[in-house]
Amino acid sequence: MKIREIVEILDAKVCCGEDLLDLDIRSACASDMMSDVLAFLKDQALLLSGLCNPQVVRTADMMDIRCIALVRGKTPTPDMMELAKERGIAILSSRMRMYNACGRLYEAGLKAGDHDV
Amino acid sequence: MNSLHLEFDVAGNNFVSAGSASNEVKSTLKKLGTDPAVIRRVAVAMYEGEINMVIHAGGGRALVDIFEDRIKIVLADKGPGIADIELAMQEGYSTAPDAIREQGFGAGMGLPNMKRYSDEFDIQSKVNEGTTVTLSVYF
Repeated sequence: MKIREIVEILDAKVCCGEDLLDLDIRSACASDMMSDVLAFLKDQALLLSGLCNPQVVRTADMMDIRCIALVRGKTPTPDMMELAKERGIAILSSRMRMYNACGRLYEAGLKAGDHDV
Repeated sequence: MNSLHLEFDVAGNNFVSAGSASNEVKSTLKKLGTDPAVIRRVAVAMYEGEINMVIHAGGGRALVDIFEDRIKIVLADKGPGIADIELAMQEGYSTAPDAIREQGFGAGMGLPNMKRYSDEFDIQSKVNEGTTVTLSVYF
């Protein structure tokens, strides 16, 4: 699934990373706790989170995640945008709540990753 | 054997810059052509260590040695130390304040994550003196 499709499904705004919209995203994870994201190391390319601070971008970067979708209407801070641009990570902002956002993406075929539990 | 030595100051109480040292190590390994899966393990382990030093110890030092076959990372702080290391190593045990939890950390996964992604892991701590974590990941 391309990032531009995710933008459409989540009815999201592209905050940065317009040049990454054709990037193919094959798996996703969702959490507000970054330590939990860091506990499951697999090939995920999308992080959905309601947490909105630079550590979300850092976490994504450490995990080679290329796209962050902020839910519940959160918008990235300037330092998040700066870091994301530097690290080649797209940030989207959606008004959807986490459950809804995950559900819609899952329904559209975006699963959790290589060892779904 | 040639090795590459890097040193970083991890600033205490600076949540915004936490992770910049790990980031630099990640970039260095990438340039050296290390397997991306290994890089990820190193980056996450070191990142958790940086976060720990910021949250608990008011910062510290990170000493990194990259050898041909492995990377060794020493994270040393002069923080309050850990009274019960066994307890601190348990998943879900945390002494981080609520303010840190609101930042997305403090889930009690830091040390367990570091151990999980390392091939060798050692932690030494003395109350009121500080903590030193030494970890190695083989390429």
